[in-house]
Amino acid sequence: MHGLLDGYDNGAFFCELKDCATQDPTVRLIAERLAQMEPAELARRAQIAEVELYNQGITFTVYSEKDAIDRILPFDLIPRVLTAVEWDVLERGVRQRVAALNAFIGDIYHGQRILKDGVVPAALILGNANYRPEMAGLNVPYGTYVHVCGIDVIRDEQGRFLVLEDNARTPSGVSYVIENRNMMRRIFPDLMDGIAVRPVGSYGMMLQSAMAEIAPDDIADPQVVLLSPGIYNSAYFEHVFLAREMGVPLVEGKDLVVEDGSVWMRTTAGLAPVHSIYRRLNDDFLDPDVFRPDSTLGVRGLIDVWRRGRVAIANAVGTGVADDKAVYAYMPRIIRYYLDEDPILANVETHICGEPEGLSYTLANLEKLVVKPVGESGGYGLIIGPHATRDEIAAFRIQLRADPANYISQPMIALSVSPTLAGTRLVPRHVDFRPFAVTGRKIWVLPGGLTRVALREGSLVVNSSQGGGSKDTWVLEG
Amino acid sequence: MNARNDADGRTRRSPLLLSRYAEALFWLARYMERIENLARVLDVTDTFVRHGVDQSGWRSVIQINADEDRFAKLYGQANAENVARFYLVDRENPTSILSSLFAARENARTLRALLPTETWSQINIFYNRVHHMTAADAAPSRVSGLCAYFKEQCQAHAGIIDGTFYRDQSWAFYCIGKYLERGDQTSRLVDIKYHTLLPSVEDVGSPLDISQWHALLRAASGYQAYRRINPSYMTPSSVAGFLLMNDSFPRSVTRCVRQIEIYLGQLSSGYGLRGAYAAQERLDELRAALMDQSIEQILARGLHEFLDWVQLQFIVLQDAMAQSFWRKPAQVQQTQTLTHL
Repeated sequence: MHGLLDGYDNGAFFCELKDCATQDPTVRLIAERLAQMEPAELARRAQIAEVELYNQGITFTVYSEKDAIDRILPFDLIPRVLTAVEWDVLERGVRQRVAALNAFIGDIYHGQRILKDGVVPAALILGNANYRPEMAGLNVPYGTYVHVCGIDVIRDEQGRFLVLEDNARTPSGVSYVIENRNMMRRIFPDLMDGIAVRPVGSYGMMLQSAMAEIAPDDIADPQVVLLSPGIYNSAYFEHVFLAREMGVPLVEGKDLVVEDGSVWMRTTAGLAPVHSIYRRLNDDFLDPDVFRPDSTLGVRGLIDVWRRGRVAIANAVGTGVADDKAVYAYMPRIIRYYLDEDPILANVETHICGEPEGLSYTLANLEKLVVKPVGESGGYGLIIGPHATRDEIAAFRIQLRADPANYISQPMIALSVSPTLAGTRLVPRHVDFRPFAVTGRKIWVLPGGLTRVALREGSLVVNSSQGGGSKDTWVLEG
Repeated sequence: MNARNDADGRTRRSPLLLSRYAEALFWLARYMERIENLARVLDVTDTFVRHGVDQSGWRSVIQINADEDRFAKLYGQANAENVARFYLVDRENPTSILSSLFAARENARTLRALLPTETWSQINIFYNRVHHMTAADAAPSRVSGLCAYFKEQCQAHAGIIDGTFYRDQSWAFYCIGKYLERGDQTSRLVDIKYHTLLPSVEDVGSPLDISQWHALLRAASGYQAYRRINPSYMTPSSVAGFLLMNDSFPRSVTRCVRQIEIYLGQLSSGYGLRGAYAAQERLDELRAALMDQSIEQILARGLHEFLDWVQLQFIVLQDAMAQSFWRKPAQVQQTQTLTHL
């Protein structure tokens, strides 16, 4: 290695580029091309990318009384590369996880075998804020509840992939996966030249087909729509992008109406039937008759039509229970229970404080662990043991003993790093990865995903609200 | 409500258009057209006032837009500096170019899933530049250059739309909005200017100062065309007749009405939208009034009264569109107006 990567030091962290370059000749080629780039030229291209994102409106909008200010998600032009071998593990792991999630959600809203068998505590599920009793007994096409799943995956010091979160409600970010690729083709064609990277452009078509598959059986040519909260939603760009890629109308609640047992949209030709709804609206807002009565974003009567099988909704209502941190802790057991397989992607080592062994381990190792509250309510914060004072740990110990079932604990995770442009230098910055699975009749995993990067030195927080950006993710052809 | 399609979905659908999109298309076109017209009027006023040709110029811009009260409250004196600032970059003024552009962009944002991507990108870049402008950018010495930039951006928008927009019913809604705004603007321009430019009683008999009529024609981008068809003379009535009723001049009221007629016809016959009937009926009346009399007859009966009535017909037409296509039944819906922000 020489040139631009000369002073690059990833320390003890796994480096997505350097550590993979030793294994794979294509990654090595990419690293060499990068190393030979002129720093000023890279900075110039980064500048162009930023302006283009802004101009094209690949943005989220902050509204004030008088104005609408667009902001971009920072884009780092150094790609994150996954080899075919790595991808094979990820793809199989995601498929397995999605299959288990769907089986699990179907079970908790039907026979509740897993609760009766004592594999997952019934109180954890039935008392969960995201458990929807309205869902009980409802059959959904192909048993699919989680039609779009974005599972957050990280890599530890050894380069092992670990699942950090299952996002089974309305995961976002896929528009950036595709737009980042478009951007790379324009501003960095020389880096990609001759390298076979798997395309990501078919996502919209795959999602549209899945939405058509789950529409009521007797509809030959179903009308699919994307239901958005509207232009004030921070993910509005993504809604626009997906509606365009799917070739379907982008509707808001006020465009839809329930009449005569069906859902209709208001068109210039009058009411037209709607058969399948990809909603980017939380459960709470979907239908004021069933959930929040003050919601003006949803459609009155929608859930009733859905229950009668006259319209499809994706993701299904009530999937949020799988996003709970405590349920996450049980995912390896959930996978074994329904699929009779070992998990392909491990969880981050997680101790369930509601169980005696988990609690005693956590109490004994508080100064080494991150302890997180499981529910969304409660207001108890998490504690990062290695950063906490002795007094804070002591106080937390009392809190934890008082309500152990409210907590899980995990070791501090050393996220992998990826070379990232800072000014005219390449520096190691922590990254995570969110692959996307689309499921109608079958599970399909987009060969790519969203790599988020913590742009601040040393930061482990990849969220866009806290200095995070994104990178293009290249899955190499095998 | 109109016809309802088969709930079983067995019939193959022609591309449907959400009512909300139809409304946004209509308004996007109106706002962009409005910006172009206003930029042209400001530019020409600037030139001719500067050369001492048209002293009433700045005041009449305010009259065209019916902004007398608002302007008086905010600025007082109708001089170059104040009027330019009020119409170019003042976000407190809902009829300024900046405000119209903001509204155009918000409509375009609603339509992003439908519009060609370049459309959004161009409006976005346009807005982001104008949005940062201050009073200094609208200083008298810069007005002409700024207006040229606005016109160019509106023409770029029109070009992108023309070259890339899919021709289904959404196109018809866009075009109806565009021609309605254009016809309305031309009628306002003629209405205000005609009387301020007519020779006063004591001037009757003195040679007509035709440079003022040049200015009016230029403000409507009609000067060259007018010269080509009237090389040897220029009279107030021939200028008014040209701007209002010439079939081939793209900004004449008659031409705009004919265009609206074509697109309403597409909606009703081509796309089977019965909602267009009401608007077509309204338009028939307006068309008849324009076709069935000469400019001399109109002038004799009173130009101002006639143009007032024309503008009212445009409002009625717009209302018929809203009623048929996007106003929800049994519900008062917030409707956009030209002063909507």
